[in-house]
Amino acid sequence: MSQNAEKVIDHFELFRGPEYTEMLENKKCMFENPVLPEELTRVTEWTKSQEYREKNFAREALTINPAKACQPLGAVFAALGFEGTLPFVHGSQGCVAYYRSHFSRHFKEPTSAVSSSMTEDAAVFGGLNNLIDGMANAFSLYKPKMIAVSTTCMAEVIGDDLNAYIKNAKEKGSVPQDFDVPFAHTPAFVGSHVTGYDNALKGIIEHFWNGKAGTAPRLEREPNGKLNFIGGFDGYTVGNMREIKRLFDLMGVEYTILGDNSDVWDTPSDGEFRMYDGGTRLEDAANAVHAQATISMQEFCTEKTLDLIEARGQEVIAFNHPIGVEGTDRFLMEVSRLTGKAIPASIAKERGRLVDAIADSNAHIHGKKFALYGDPDLTLGLAGFLLELGAEPTHILSTNGGKEWTQKVEALLASSPFGKNCHVYAGKDLWHMRSLLFTEPVDFLIGNTYGKFLERDTKTPLIRIGFPIFDRHHHHRYPVWGYQGGLNVLVTILDKIFDHMDATTNDVSKNDYSFDIIR
Amino acid sequence: MSENVTVEEIRERNEQLIGEVLEAYPEKFAKRRAKHLASFDEAKGECGVKSNIKSIPGVMTIRGCAYAGSKGVVWGPIKDMVHISHGPVGCGQYSWAARRNYYIGTTGVDSFVTMQFTSDFQEKDIVFGGDKKLSKIIDEIEELFPLNKGISIQSECPIGLIGDDIEAVSKAKGKEYGKTIVPVRCEGFRGVSQSLGHHIANDSIRDWVLDKLGDKPARFESTPYDVAIIGDYNIGGDAWSSRILLEEMGLRVIAQWSGDGTIAELEATPKAKLNILHCYRSMSYISRHMEEKFGIPWVEYNFFGPTKTAESLREIAGHFDDTIKEGAERVIAKYQALTDATIAKYRPRLAGKKVMLFVGGLRPRHVIGAYEDLGMEVVGTGYEFGHNDDYQRTTHSIKDGTLIYDDVTSFEFEKFVEKIQPDLVGSGIKEKYIFQKMGVPFRQMHSWDYSGPYHGYDGFAIFARDMDMAINAPVWRMTKTPW
Repeated sequence: MSQNAEKVIDHFELFRGPEYTEMLENKKCMFENPVLPEELTRVTEWTKSQEYREKNFAREALTINPAKACQPLGAVFAALGFEGTLPFVHGSQGCVAYYRSHFSRHFKEPTSAVSSSMTEDAAVFGGLNNLIDGMANAFSLYKPKMIAVSTTCMAEVIGDDLNAYIKNAKEKGSVPQDFDVPFAHTPAFVGSHVTGYDNALKGIIEHFWNGKAGTAPRLEREPNGKLNFIGGFDGYTVGNMREIKRLFDLMGVEYTILGDNSDVWDTPSDGEFRMYDGGTRLEDAANAVHAQATISMQEFCTEKTLDLIEARGQEVIAFNHPIGVEGTDRFLMEVSRLTGKAIPASIAKERGRLVDAIADSNAHIHGKKFALYGDPDLTLGLAGFLLELGAEPTHILSTNGGKEWTQKVEALLASSPFGKNCHVYAGKDLWHMRSLLFTEPVDFLIGNTYGKFLERDTKTPLIRIGFPIFDRHHHHRYPVWGYQGGLNVLVTILDKIFDHMDATTNDVSKNDYSFDIIR
Repeated sequence: MSENVTVEEIRERNEQLIGEVLEAYPEKFAKRRAKHLASFDEAKGECGVKSNIKSIPGVMTIRGCAYAGSKGVVWGPIKDMVHISHGPVGCGQYSWAARRNYYIGTTGVDSFVTMQFTSDFQEKDIVFGGDKKLSKIIDEIEELFPLNKGISIQSECPIGLIGDDIEAVSKAKGKEYGKTIVPVRCEGFRGVSQSLGHHIANDSIRDWVLDKLGDKPARFESTPYDVAIIGDYNIGGDAWSSRILLEEMGLRVIAQWSGDGTIAELEATPKAKLNILHCYRSMSYISRHMEEKFGIPWVEYNFFGPTKTAESLREIAGHFDDTIKEGAERVIAKYQALTDATIAKYRPRLAGKKVMLFVGGLRPRHVIGAYEDLGMEVVGTGYEFGHNDDYQRTTHSIKDGTLIYDDVTSFEFEKFVEKIQPDLVGSGIKEKYIFQKMGVPFRQMHSWDYSGPYHGYDGFAIFARDMDMAINAPVWRMTKTPW
């Protein structure tokens, strides 16, 4: 028996003892009808081959280990960025349990959202009563300032009409007539979570600007020189939003953040649970119509939203999750151009520090090959930074990327000699990536937590940048935007490179001559 | 409760508390929720709540759906089959590798548990139907994963709504490849919670695995001591720390349902002399079926905490001859020193601490004994998706006056905890951070908070350690500013 009350061992150690390993081996041989070892080895090796890669890439119907989620997840994200807002997802209740768990596993924070809990009868008769009752209950219990409605695929398949349903619910007195209930149809079988973010944010902005569902006059734009800022669906939103506000304050920019999740996903442990905290104030969301321009940090998260804003006469500028020196330069210069505010010397100094850090460390990154996957904007931003560092991106993959994304990535790669040998994979998944890593190995992989399966199989060290990150804590609290954010990403990459160096040079009297104290 | 509070006072407090939370609801729904909240009445032997009823809309129920019950709980852990999340991408994504169903195998080659296979439905699949795509998916699985031993098709909401015939596809492809292909109608809108998904999944094993056995020869010689573990999902290795005890007492475990399980084990189960059932809620259906069809008796057991574990070992042994009965005594004796040392170390740190639980399956009642072994007291408990028979079984484990909350809403749960101020809350990831922010120690009692196993004697030591580290962590002293 290896268990011991003095030094309790759990799953990490417990099952490695002989009593368990023998038991499990016996289970396998006697009862599992296992694959013969030589056959297992043969097939394992075959999955690493070029032949397998070709079969794998010939897939037309099956998706394996995708790096994307569904629309309503993004809608919940967008809704939570507004003051006192309760996301209300119309459809089956299990979906909402999943979104709440998913976000809580990433942010290590509570995530509040409700469902209209539709079941079989609603599938037959429609979910109107569920929405009417659900709005009344949500309003009574959780006292929100706004309820932002989106849909699951169930409600979409049966064709529930949110506009009509919400009117109906207001007539039935579920919420007051002038209560803010923006909505968006967010079918899970179209696009991905970034599409849902876009649709929900557009729904909220449209609500406030276009007469609040007939309860107020449509706002006429009177330009006031302010700047709107949209972050998009971003796993680093807590750190990033605070960094952007700091930069804007340093520049003296007057701004409105449209969708600010940085407080609701970072509340203190002080004895009080804050279901709502921070977020864009609703009057600010309305007044954002008067801004001179809107900046989106994530083009592919905000395509429809920016169209709406542009149609109201604002200049719109979209970035692709800019990371590093040049991306941040372009961002700040646009902010400066749009607002007429100069970039202060203190920010130029921050820039210089990031350049200094890159100069100090880039030798360890230069020429290293990287595979990279994630959302369309994030992969563009990271690829840009890798090129600045002299790294060689080799495989760039985005399950929810399309043609336009491919063109953008290819143009970026063409702009640098370091991008020469890179291929771009839109609409592919992490099982495709597995074949790529076996047949065209790279030095490091950048991706979210699910990349650890690729790390295990292909032994490519994983640098965790993306969403979701379930198995490392608190990185979402640190920005990846701004020069300070660039420094964080640089350090994240370097830490893995150095750890990997140490881990591969510690074989005593074999290779530990390279186990250097100074690197 | 502390010794100077009477049961009457507790009951009164509970009633007041229930009244307070109900006041917040619109009248119609206050009436509906009232049926789910009560104090346990020992004299009547009733928990006094209704259960397995639709959640009311808009309230942040903690429940999931039928898909979660089938794919996430029952089918997902069968390691040598590929489980397709059939429909849009989300369901499979959010449940991907999240349940910690441990297994031994070469993932992607002969085992597939921590992979996400999805048909990633697009608009055209909704409009034109997904059956052709499903056929092609099965072909592609056969091509890329030739060592799979079968496939299950886990339906997401749209499948049942667009009228796809996944049964026909399964039959045709099963015949073509000579493999078990199981269509599961676990669309998320069916039923009121995960629970119907368990039932549907059980029935699909009955219809598409057990009923199709024919005269398939057994892979081993039977012995009089063959048993099957039913309803253990091997979370953090729970089934392994249970199996070892059964084997040490002389039994032979021929199948695990479904943690670290294989289709061969499912198929072998009709050879068992006794089915031993841990999670009654999710696998009583198949146990009853095997009793009726194959005459296999089944017995419920509880491997949380040494008291219940010893009781269960004796109960299981009671179905066998003296060899096994002696074996059970031998096992209990073997682990006595570990148990004593664990209790000696942790009980002084935990005795008298109050716990509130809200979990699924069997845990709202099954873990109570383990807490009591440490001198702790469960003062409130409830089931996410329990039925009346679960609450009936719970009456044997709880004290008079225990607060009972069925399908609790997050609003109610927060208010209850705020008022009762337990020393520990045990529930899920969606609840964890809420209570920690309130300054209340918390352990996830679905995933064991990434620890485990908690079953059996080895597991109890870990359970005790974890409860101690939750309650006695220095962090809780610091939640208030000192100025």
